[in-house]
Amino acid sequence: MTMLPARRRRLLRAGTVAILLVSSGAIAAQPAAPPLPPGSPLIGRPDVEEAKKLAPIVPSPIPTAADRLPVDKLRAPSGFRIEVFMANVPNAREMAVGDKGTVFVGSRLIDKVHAIVSRNGQREVKAIASGLHRPNGVALHNGTLYIAEVSRISKIDEAEDHVDNPPAPTSVYEDLPKDEAHGWKFIGIGPDNKLYVPIGQPCNNCMPPPTHGQIRRLNLDGTGVELVARGVRQTVGFDWHPVSKELYFTDNGRDWLSEDLPEDKLNRVTQLGQHFGVPYCYQGNIPDSEFGWGHSCSEFTPPVALMGPHTATLGMRFYTGRMFPAEYLNAIFVARHGSWNRTHKVGGDIVVVKLNGDGSVKSVEPFITGFIQDNNYVGRPVDVAFLKDGSMLISDDFNGAVYRVSYAGARAATR
Amino acid sequence: MRDLAVIALLCTAVASSAAATFEVRIAACLACHGEQGQSANPEVPSLGAQPSAYLAIQLYLFREKLRPVKLMNELTKDLSNDDLQRFAESMAALPAPKPSADAPDAARIERARVFVQQNRCGFCHGADFAGHDNIPRLAAQREDYLAKALREYKSNTRPGYDASMAEVVQPINDADLADIAYFMARAPK
Repeated sequence: MTMLPARRRRLLRAGTVAILLVSSGAIAAQPAAPPLPPGSPLIGRPDVEEAKKLAPIVPSPIPTAADRLPVDKLRAPSGFRIEVFMANVPNAREMAVGDKGTVFVGSRLIDKVHAIVSRNGQREVKAIASGLHRPNGVALHNGTLYIAEVSRISKIDEAEDHVDNPPAPTSVYEDLPKDEAHGWKFIGIGPDNKLYVPIGQPCNNCMPPPTHGQIRRLNLDGTGVELVARGVRQTVGFDWHPVSKELYFTDNGRDWLSEDLPEDKLNRVTQLGQHFGVPYCYQGNIPDSEFGWGHSCSEFTPPVALMGPHTATLGMRFYTGRMFPAEYLNAIFVARHGSWNRTHKVGGDIVVVKLNGDGSVKSVEPFITGFIQDNNYVGRPVDVAFLKDGSMLISDDFNGAVYRVSYAGARAATR
Repeated sequence: MRDLAVIALLCTAVASSAAATFEVRIAACLACHGEQGQSANPEVPSLGAQPSAYLAIQLYLFREKLRPVKLMNELTKDLSNDDLQRFAESMAALPAPKPSADAPDAARIERARVFVQQNRCGFCHGADFAGHDNIPRLAAQREDYLAKALREYKSNTRPGYDASMAEVVQPINDADLADIAYFMARAPK
């Protein structure tokens, strides 16, 4: 059989001299295998049967019909209710809610940004932009919709007024790499009125070019680019603390280190340009088996919370609404998309991160669970957003749907 | 190809007609793709035993014109989401195609086999190249269709649903791509 570099490394790690000798012989006898594409998520996958069963889970682009969505399988704390807000939102990813109630929804695997509008009590889905390349990210500022593709940020002014006859988005910023791996983007506009744009690692685990593995911020016209955070593998969710205005962001740990390590992270930026460790150090205390040599985790800013191994911790927002009980005020709701490179799936839920007065993490608790049934996905949450009434929306790219979570009060809880 | 165009145009109304029975409607697909899952038409893929998830994705991409193939874009334009799923499931239930029956060039097969191993096609497509979920079956697919698909991935005229294939084939030269198609059409051997 052909011996692959990945297998060779694994065997070297195993350190079994006998096996090493055998495998070296096999390597010498065969021409070297070309590498997988540099961005392949399968790089580093151990050559063992159990690991070979694991690969990224690709959802259907065809949305699940409303009556087949898994709302009856989802569980919420007492007093909360979960319902379908809108079906037929293909590959629903990041969300942004307009002042007039329009919900804009990005997508990763198709070319469109959708708008959910309400007319005469009926909701409908409209494509507000088409022909885009992985328009995962959407953000709103004073009525302008910002859209993030892999290598372009563009905008539509007064987007809520142009849902039926939208103009083509106009470009704001294009100085971005074109890598597919971790190229899709979550974006946000901070309390500083700047646009925050992440550039993920173009790989599972590698030494990134200086252009990658970071969060940048820029003025809304694309000028004044600054580095906000370094050592970021792939963040698909961030928000600003409502009081301290500090940026908190989720980050996805590397694949294939082991079933249980490393964990995804919740980070907090207290200084511009802080380095969060990747690829030298994972989860704040594991030096990488390859790039960690010569480094110590103490060189880098540690996470404020660990979010579980391979859980794909994605969209997150602070809660500032009035509908939910007071214990949720200024807490962070986080969507965990759920693991793919783990035998027993974990994540597939919304967790709530409660903070202490000093901004440190008090607790991480389950909030909405049930997206994993019998080790299979019935849905995968990507992002959370809040409507004006304080209720929560959850996007699900697996089903192409948006759910709504509302609080009916203590009375409903006791019924 | 003109014959196919005529068939397709005749079939369009049938495939998308809600009034016709499902059997009548899917007959329009099978007319080109083969009633037993094996296509006899150049550059038209055999669909028997293709994973239904893969087929549903392709049908969606055709309907949304994200995969530009005029005939298929036309045939799918009025299909509902449920139609896409049902067509995909029905085609997937057809028997797997049989490998090309010609006497293969043993030296070319061996050369391609090594190349296929080196490029780890089986890493995603499975050791027997039967595919799974969103990843298509390659085993015993039509050689001309595979060659065309690989060329399209390489030239980025078929970007695919995710970008994996476009990336995978970038460094592979055209002769080697042709060998892969030759091998797969005759696999498993």
